[in-house]
Amino acid sequence: MPVQYYIFLSIALFCIGIMGVLMRRNAIIIFMCIELMLNAVNLLLVAFSKMWVDAGRIDAASAQLFVFFVMVVAAAEVSVGLAIIVMMYRNTHSVDINILSRLKN
Amino acid sequence: MGIDMIIFTVLSAIAIASALGVILSKNPVNSVLCMITCFVAIAGHYIMLNAQFLFVVHLIVYTGAIMVLFLFVLMMMNLNADIEPQKRNWLKYAGAISGGALLLVLVAALRDASLPAIQGGGNTEIGLVQNLGKTLFTSYVVPFELSSVLFLSAMVGAVVIGKK
Repeated sequence: MPVQYYIFLSIALFCIGIMGVLMRRNAIIIFMCIELMLNAVNLLLVAFSKMWVDAGRIDAASAQLFVFFVMVVAAAEVSVGLAIIVMMYRNTHSVDINILSRLKN
Repeated sequence: MGIDMIIFTVLSAIAIASALGVILSKNPVNSVLCMITCFVAIAGHYIMLNAQFLFVVHLIVYTGAIMVLFLFVLMMMNLNADIEPQKRNWLKYAGAISGGALLLVLVAALRDASLPAIQGGGNTEIGLVQNLGKTLFTSYVVPFELSSVLFLSAMVGAVVIGKK
């Protein structure tokens, strides 16, 4: 199977994430679209790792550890980001990012 | 068309359709459920790529922890209803058009890239916990310890932000 298929799938998922960030106004949906983009990149890393291992380079398996670290950072990011969204909701009673655009009040 | 190609096609269709469901559904809870479907499809891709450890971690961490956290916040803040005003439609079209333009440019740029193919077979044990653990605790032990500090600071930060 050509690795191009995985590249196209990852590009499609990444661009759907970008469209979501640009189109939606709900802060939680935007946050989920960022997770979607991270996952597209993770999938591509794993596909490239498999590609190079099949081509005979066994050390390419450590790309899977990079994906592991990306997941670690994403989990930390989600916990802090959701705490910020909850605080914002408590202060403004909305998660619309138009309200966040004026940081005062 | 081999069995791996069929599985790839089905999983990709599920992933892309549910990713579109995330950004198109009006109800945020439906978005989270579509996102869980998308993550399960991506986990299926991982197991097709011989990344067994990542498959398990992805299921536990993403669909088990992160998405449930999202769902929890949504339910706690009672955001089930559609809160987005329907004005300013041109902004949506602009977002869709620019995202589609990026898709077009990336596909056109990478279509002719000459890369080795994924043959299947080969060494299927690279993604097991034994091999990855050996690499993690020999070559990557410093980033591993640093990530523990990152987790600690994230935990403290979430508690401090949430307590106000």
